[in-house]
Amino acid sequence: MKKIFKYVLVDIVQNKIVLIYTLLLLVISLSVFNLENNASKGLLSLLNIILIIVPLICIIFSTIYIYNSAEFIELLVSQPLKRRTIWLSIFSGLSGSLCLAFFLGAGIPILLYHADPTGIIMILMGLSLTVVFVSIAMMAAGLTRDKAKGIGVSILLWLYFSLIFDALLLFLLFQFQDYPLEKIMVFVSFFNPIDLSRIQILLKMDISALMGYTGAIFREFFGNTTGIALSFAGLCAWIFFPLLTSLKKFKSKDL
Amino acid sequence: MIEIKNIRKKFGKLTALDNVSVSFKRGECIALLGPNGSGKTTLIKSLLGMVVPDSGTIHFDHELITGKWRYRSRLGYMPQIGRYPENMTIAQVLDMMKDIRKKEHQQYDEDLVKSFGLNNLMQKKMRTLSGGTTQKVSASLAFLFKPDVLILDEPTAGLDPLSSELLKQKIIKEKQAGKLILITSHVLSELDDLVTEVFYMQEGKLAFHKKLAVLREETGEHKLSKAIAKLMRVQEV
Repeated sequence: MKKIFKYVLVDIVQNKIVLIYTLLLLVISLSVFNLENNASKGLLSLLNIILIIVPLICIIFSTIYIYNSAEFIELLVSQPLKRRTIWLSIFSGLSGSLCLAFFLGAGIPILLYHADPTGIIMILMGLSLTVVFVSIAMMAAGLTRDKAKGIGVSILLWLYFSLIFDALLLFLLFQFQDYPLEKIMVFVSFFNPIDLSRIQILLKMDISALMGYTGAIFREFFGNTTGIALSFAGLCAWIFFPLLTSLKKFKSKDL
Repeated sequence: MIEIKNIRKKFGKLTALDNVSVSFKRGECIALLGPNGSGKTTLIKSLLGMVVPDSGTIHFDHELITGKWRYRSRLGYMPQIGRYPENMTIAQVLDMMKDIRKKEHQQYDEDLVKSFGLNNLMQKKMRTLSGGTTQKVSASLAFLFKPDVLILDEPTAGLDPLSSELLKQKIIKEKQAGKLILITSHVLSELDDLVTEVFYMQEGKLAFHKKLAVLREETGEHKLSKAIAKLMRVQEV
């Protein structure tokens, strides 16, 4: 397991896109913190940028990487290796290197400008969001054979989680405003990892006005600590479910 | 050594393997023949666990291979079209494979690396190699770990005459060392002095599996290509 992980990690770290991604995050976070004279405000602006950029880069880069390593995977499958080992090594290589990129690009500036529990939660959130979207990319790439289709599915999934989901939620709220939907809304927010991460940070930051509808209910329901713990559990589920689905598929795949 | 029983495999509507049963013994060199798309490569890939058959069983040394992986350390596989990570150099690919298949007291068989002159190309990236050189790398990898079974899918396609002769000599040497060798090829004239058995497939089915000597006797032809041609003509009639 370690050996293949090492080869995947070295391969990705050398990739120019990952380097550019790290620099992009670094430029964004440094400029956001320097533009705002209040570090908390800076953190909030950074949050909104991270919630868009991290999922997008992670899901698309990972999907393309998996398709491009088709040869490598084929070579490994004919060797005395478990398929499970191969797939999990690729997953850990991808998440490891993208997490490293996130930590260098956004984590270090956050620690420099805002090294308190909120900042640390934000870094943890960014890292788990990275792993979640690598996992979703593994699923998208594992389930579709065609490269163009797989990348299309990835882009659609990203679009769904970052835009369409919220729009649908608002639409439903508007349509059924006469009914008590609070409980359902809390439940529904578990279906979107980006929503979960946002709630998590905002619960910690305690800015009710910016918390959005689900965030406010979340706090009402669980209080701050339980809310954060629960949303972390939700994110973990988002890591394991797509990964295990794709692993099951890969085990019986014809190469 | 290898027992295949009633395996079937469908790709969508296409039946690639239709109820094939066969057994291969140690020390034989078997030619897997058949027209394009007759299921030869699918059969090989099933042996390697790269394709999962819909039904049927494959035993390697009396052990069922489904879901297993350790048996593959005793196989050497040379694919029809070798595909390798593009950014790695030949040296890196060889080192990586050695690293992955590391065993205690492992000695490497680097005859082919030397005789193909790959030592001078070690720093070239896989992306820049010609088809023939890639084939040389594939062949070297297949023999590198001294496997008990060698599976060669179109080994000489794309190789120049000199290299393919080198490869043939190596195959003969390994055959004499008592290894099981499976070869697919369309160049029948090359197989004459290599193979001991012929396994002929057609449309995913086993057409016949005979010793070369028997085949020669039945058809009265000495050359494999003529013997096969004769047999096919008889079957069509």
